[in-house]
Amino acid sequence: MAAGVATWLPFARAAAVGWLPLAKKTMPKPPVDNSSRSDEILYVNVSGVRFQTWKNTLDRYPDTLLGSSEKEFFYNEDTQEYFFDRDPEMFRHILNFYRTGKLHYPRHECVQAFDEELAFYGIVPEIIGDCCMEEYRDRKKENQERLAEDTEANEATDAPLPPHSTSRERLWRAFENPHTSTMALVFYYVTGFFIAVSVIANVVETVPCRPPKGSVKDLPCGEKYQLAFFCMDTACVLIFTFEYLMRLFAAPSRCKFMRSVMSVIDVVAIMPYYIGLVMPENEDVSGAFVTLRVFRVFRIFKFSRHSQGLRILGYTLKSCASELGFLLFSLTMAIIIFATVMFYAEKGTKGSTFTSIPASFWYTIVTMTTLGYGDMVPNTIAGKIFGSICSLSGVLVIALPVPVIVSNFSRIYHQNQRADKMRAQQKVRLARIRMAKKGTSNAFLQYKEDHTLGDRNSDSTALCVKNRSAFEHQHNHLLHCLEKTTNHEFTDEMTYSELCMTESVGFRTSRSTSLSSQQGAQNNSTGCCPRRARRRAAMRLANSTVSVSRGSVQELDTLQFKTTSIPPQTRSSLNAQPDNLKLNCGDQDFTAAIISIPTPPANTPDESLPPTPTPVPGILRNTRATAYTHETVKISSL
Amino acid sequence: MLSAIWETEGLQTVGIVVLVFASIKLLHILGLISFSEDSVEDELELSAVRHRPEGLEQLEAQTRFSRKELQILYRGFKNECPSGVVNEETFKDIYAQFFPQGDASTYAHFLFNAFDTDHNGSVSFEDFVMGLSILLRGTVQEKLIWAFNLYDINKDGYITKEEMLDIMKAIYDMMGKCTYPVLKEETPRQHVEVFFQKMDKNKDGVVTIDEFIDCCQNDENIMRSMHLFENVL
Repeated sequence: MAAGVATWLPFARAAAVGWLPLAKKTMPKPPVDNSSRSDEILYVNVSGVRFQTWKNTLDRYPDTLLGSSEKEFFYNEDTQEYFFDRDPEMFRHILNFYRTGKLHYPRHECVQAFDEELAFYGIVPEIIGDCCMEEYRDRKKENQERLAEDTEANEATDAPLPPHSTSRERLWRAFENPHTSTMALVFYYVTGFFIAVSVIANVVETVPCRPPKGSVKDLPCGEKYQLAFFCMDTACVLIFTFEYLMRLFAAPSRCKFMRSVMSVIDVVAIMPYYIGLVMPENEDVSGAFVTLRVFRVFRIFKFSRHSQGLRILGYTLKSCASELGFLLFSLTMAIIIFATVMFYAEKGTKGSTFTSIPASFWYTIVTMTTLGYGDMVPNTIAGKIFGSICSLSGVLVIALPVPVIVSNFSRIYHQNQRADKMRAQQKVRLARIRMAKKGTSNAFLQYKEDHTLGDRNSDSTALCVKNRSAFEHQHNHLLHCLEKTTNHEFTDEMTYSELCMTESVGFRTSRSTSLSSQQGAQNNSTGCCPRRARRRAAMRLANSTVSVSRGSVQELDTLQFKTTSIPPQTRSSLNAQPDNLKLNCGDQDFTAAIISIPTPPANTPDESLPPTPTPVPGILRNTRATAYTHETVKISSL
Repeated sequence: MLSAIWETEGLQTVGIVVLVFASIKLLHILGLISFSEDSVEDELELSAVRHRPEGLEQLEAQTRFSRKELQILYRGFKNECPSGVVNEETFKDIYAQFFPQGDASTYAHFLFNAFDTDHNGSVSFEDFVMGLSILLRGTVQEKLIWAFNLYDINKDGYITKEEMLDIMKAIYDMMGKCTYPVLKEETPRQHVEVFFQKMDKNKDGVVTIDEFIDCCQNDENIMRSMHLFENVL
C-alpha cells in the first residue's frame, strides 16, 4: 500500500460508523492494538552522520529494511541508535523517500552504487519518481551496454577452446575469431584480399582502355579483356561461395545465421554471378542483368567483418534510423512545398524548364543544398523571389551545425516518445497495482481464515496470527466489517469464476455485477460475468479502478480457461498421485465445479482428497484454501 | 506584352500568398487558432489554496482529542495534503485504496459531503478532525446523528427510500464483483426494504431523525457495535 495510506486508515475506520446502522449481522471485534500510541523519534547513525526521524515515517513502507523488524539487527544498545555502515550521502535520498513517498535519483552518483544501496535497504528501483526515472534508465542502459561490450571483448579474446569440441564448433570459432589459429588467420587474409581484388576489378573494368587495332572508339577494359575479368570474377565468387557454405555449415544456429545481415550481404554479393551464368544471352533480359551487376558492389560491405569501425558505423546508423527518417521527411516536405510554389510561379513562362512539379523537385534540391547547377533557372519575378527564399532556407538547413540539428531532433523525438513511454510505464504500473490489490485481497482472505480458525480454538490463535503489522490487522478488520454490513463475503477471482460457471450453466438469468444506477439496459446477457468495459465511467474515480476492473475481467476470462488446469495442480500437491491427474482436464473440472456447489464433497468424483488436518467449516472454504495456497505459491514465485 | 502577362501572373501568386499569411496571422491574433500544441494562454492554475488550521488550543477545545493526538493527526494530514485541504478527487482516491476489489467512489462522494460540513467543496483539517472527533470520541447519540446526516443526501431531515437505495448501492459497489454469494441486483433493494421496515415506524415512507435514533437505541446489535472503533487512534 502506498505510504500515506497508513495515515488515512483511522479515518477510513471511523467512516465505517456509517455502515453500522445498516449492518445485517454483528460486527467482528476490532484487533487489540497494544503498541504505544505515542510517536517516538528514532536515531539512525549512518557512518557517523546522525539522522533523526519519527518512527511512523519509517513504518510507512513495511517491506523495506527500515520499515520492518530487520532494522533491529542494526540496533546498537550502547548508543541507543541504529547504526549502518553505509554511505551517508545516499542515505539522505533513501530517507527522503520515506518522508515524501518519492524516490529521487541523484545525478552525480554512480548508478550502480545507487542500485546497491537500494538493494541493501530493500527498495525496488521501479518506484523512482517520474522526474528522475528517465535519467536513471538512461544511465543504467549506458552502464549495461558498457559492461556488455567489456564482457564481449573479454570473451572474444581469451577463453581457450573447450577440450571436447567438434570440428564444427572449431570451424565456427575460427571464422568468428581469426586470431585463434594460423589457418583461420590465413583464411581471413585471403578472403580480405579477394574482396579487395573483386572490388577493384569491378571498378577497373569500366575504365576506358586503349582500343584494339583497327577501331577508333574507346572501349572499357571490361570488354577488351573480357576473358581475364571473367576469370578473376569466377575465382572471387568461388572463394566467396566456399566461404559462405563453410560458414553455413559451421554455424550453430543455421536459421539465425541465414537471417543475419552479413549472410544476406554475402548472398547478395555472389548472386549476380550465378544469375548471369544461368540467364541466356537474351537482349531484353540482359538489360536487367546489367542492373543486377550493380549488386556486386555489395562485396565491399563484406569488409565489415574485417573492420570494427564499419560495424560501429552501421550500428550507429541503425540506432538513429528514426531520427534520420524524420529529418528526411521534413526535408521532403520542404522540397515539395517549394517545388509546387516554383512550378506555379513559373507556369506561364514560355520555354520554362519547370515542366512539372516533379521536375521542379530537382531544382529545389539543387538550390536548397546550395549546389546551384544552373540547368533550371526561374525567369519570372515571383519565381526569382521564391527561388531566393528557397536557397536562403536551404542555407539555413545546411549552415546549422549538425550536432544542433541532431540534438534538436533528438529532443523532439524524446518528447514524443515520452508519451509512449508513459503509456508503457502506465501499463507496468497498473499491472503492479493489480498485483498489489490481489495481494491485499488475498491477504484479507487469509486473515479471515486465520480469524475463523482462531475463533474456534483460542489456543491456536497466537499461532495463527502470523507476523502481521497492526496496520494490516486494522485494515482486515475494516474489510471484515464491510462484509458483515452487507452480509456478503469477499472471494478471490477463481472461486468467483467457478460460481459464475455454475450459475451460467444452471440459471439463465443474466446477472449484473455492477449495481450502480447507470447500468440500466446495458447488461450483456452473457451470464453472470458481463464485461465491465461498457459501463460508463461516470464515476470519475481516476481510471485506475475501472481499468483495474477491466483488467480483472480480462484476467477472469483467461482464468476461466485456466481454472480447468489449476485445481488439479493444487490437488496433486496434496495427493501425491500425479498420475491420476493426467486426465482430460476439460470436462472433468467443469463437472467438478457444478458438483462442488450443492453437494458437500469438494472433490472430483474419481479421486478423494486426503482429510485435511484442520477442521473446515464450509465446502467452499476448502476449495478457497487450496486455491489460495496455490495463489500464495504463485505469488511467491514471482 | 508577354512580359506583362508573366509579371501579372507572378505578382498574382505573390499577392495570394501574402493574403493567406496575413489572414492566418489575423486569426492568430484574434485567438481563434493557436499554433502551439498547448494553448497559448495557459489557463492559470489558481495558486494552490493554502489553508492553515486554527490553533492547537482551539482545536483541542472543540474536539475531544488530546494535544498529542492532534499533533499526530495533523502531521499525517499535512504530509499527504501539503496545501491543507482535501478536494473530492483526492478524497475518492484515498478511500478507494482501502477497497481494491470494488468501486468506492460513490460512497466516498457521500462521505465527502458528510465531512464537508460547510459545503465549500473541500475538506480542511478542521472538518476532518471534527468529523473524526464525533466518530471516534463522540457519544452514541452524536454518532447516530452523524450517520443520519450521511444517509440524508439532500440534508432535508428525511431519509427517503431513494436516498437509502443510493447509499446502499454505493456500499455494495465497494464489495466489488467477486463475492460470495454472488451479488444480485435486487440485493440492495431488499436490504433497503428491511431497513425501512425496521426504522420507519409510522410507515410514511421516510425516516426522520427521531425514528432513526429511537430505533437504533432499541437495537442491541447496533448499540454494541457503536463502541467498536473507540480505540482507533
